[in-house]
Amino acid sequence: MNARRARVGYLFVAPFLIVFVAMLVVPLAYAGYLSLFREQLIGGTTFVGLDNYVRALTDERLLGGVLRVAEFFLIQVPIMLLLGLFFALALDSGVLWLSRFIRLGVFVPYAVPSVIAALMWGYLYGPEFGPIAQLAGALGLPAPNLLGDDLMLGSLANIVTWEFTGYNMIILYAALRAVPSELYEAAAVDGAGTWRTAWSVKIPALRPALLLALIFSIIGSFQLFNEPQLMQRLAPNVIDSAYTPNLYAYSLAFTSQDVNYAAAVSFLLGLAIVVVSYTVQLAVNRRRTP
Amino acid sequence: MTSGRIRRRSPVLTLAMLAFLVYFLLPLFWLVVASTKTTGDLFGSFGLWFADDFSLPENLRRLFTEQDAVYGRWLLNTAIYALVSAGGAALLAALGGYGFAKFPFRGNKALFGMVLGAIMVPSTALAIPTYLIFAQVGLVNTPWAIILPSLVNPFGLYLMRVYAQEAVPDSLLEAARIDGAGEFRIFRQVVLRLLAPGFVTVLLFTLVATWNNYFLPLIMLNNPSLYPVTVGLANWAASASAGGGAAGDVLPLVVTGSLLSIIPLVAAFLMLQRYWQNGLAAGSVKQ
Repeated sequence: MNARRARVGYLFVAPFLIVFVAMLVVPLAYAGYLSLFREQLIGGTTFVGLDNYVRALTDERLLGGVLRVAEFFLIQVPIMLLLGLFFALALDSGVLWLSRFIRLGVFVPYAVPSVIAALMWGYLYGPEFGPIAQLAGALGLPAPNLLGDDLMLGSLANIVTWEFTGYNMIILYAALRAVPSELYEAAAVDGAGTWRTAWSVKIPALRPALLLALIFSIIGSFQLFNEPQLMQRLAPNVIDSAYTPNLYAYSLAFTSQDVNYAAAVSFLLGLAIVVVSYTVQLAVNRRRTP
Repeated sequence: MTSGRIRRRSPVLTLAMLAFLVYFLLPLFWLVVASTKTTGDLFGSFGLWFADDFSLPENLRRLFTEQDAVYGRWLLNTAIYALVSAGGAALLAALGGYGFAKFPFRGNKALFGMVLGAIMVPSTALAIPTYLIFAQVGLVNTPWAIILPSLVNPFGLYLMRVYAQEAVPDSLLEAARIDGAGEFRIFRQVVLRLLAPGFVTVLLFTLVATWNNYFLPLIMLNNPSLYPVTVGLANWAASASAGGGAAGDVLPLVVTGSLLSIIPLVAAFLMLQRYWQNGLAAGSVKQ
């Protein structure tokens, strides 16, 4: 009986696992394999061991891109998660008028493809014809160069914040709705007010959801590609082919035709994301159990 | 509900939230306004209000006729890629999540742990090696190049496992087994219904991921008639910014095409909100 049940269990998980291996494990292994070779004009493809990784770790263009997305992560993710948290708490407090309308309105940008978000904001940022420049001009102010070297990272951060704050809000709001009401009653009995309840009951209950949102944000930041790739056309002198690690891997593979090195860069980037995500999880979980 | 809790509405907080809402909706308002303008008005008139000419019908007509009506093709491609990927991913996740949740076979924990670890593997790190593999087996420049990689959703599997644990009582399964129902009939007729909110959640979020996909089709496809709408519009936008004259008058097409392409997803989210909000609650509470 139990052996039969086990066999049925394998049948249920088999379709997922087959596709999982074919589309995730195999490409990952293949990237690892490719990254150990180098293609040369003379002599063809040769095994070079970890040479591509040595090259990557000393490649200033790659390291510059990694530092840039790290900076992006440190600026953008706290703003986005704090906004999402604030919105979720405000919605959950039950003191808003129009709360359903507000909830859906903040969430709607998530359903907009990042390509279209980048196209829209690119136009809004436009230094000559964009509405922001028009408004500044009407007020007699100099138009900020939102596509310039100084502000570009912030302009990109704004696009990503616009796209994903609503998503994070919904995740956190869903988690808040699931907090057992006995917790609130206990807090009320203890005389806790709205803010006190939010701080002492709601935010601790949100920890798993916040961690999840944080992990997804780490992954999203470090593989930043769509928004800078589209902005590149508007500001080619600001966004070069190594602006983010992913843009760099893309241009290595498809412009320079250096697939072996591109595989090494992809592999390293994936590894870095996994390591950072695990470290964050460990840090958060350790603090939870004092 | 406790009796003594009367919630007084807060005008201050409501106004603050409405101010934020303006930020989130203003770009979309701009898009609606811009889709009614000619190229001249896109540059010449104030961006956040309508111009004298209302050229939305003309823009729509051009959108669906110019360049051999390729835009309609892109929309259709996007819909096919997204629906097949999302349906497949949700089904695989439902089968697998139920299997992991309810069948204690040998290796269950280890295999599930492996899938969990893969949530953190960034999809774009896989795109280049997947491209190289697909190039060797002749899958590049086919719809499968977009659909196959989108079928794997490790987070979806995790969500469905949590959901199956919560929503499918063991006693119900035992009763069905005693009645002599086969395992796959039980899944089809009993389990799938109980998993519906989770299923819809995975379906919708894979739908969004595939609908919005850009990197994968960008590298996998170079035949414009296979493009999804994201890659097509990005190409048009590039030719619009590269120089007006030679490219033709494509800017209104980019704007109107953008507006049109976001309507189906927004509608899907609004219509199915009851499902995905429940489904998300399950996934975000358990850890």
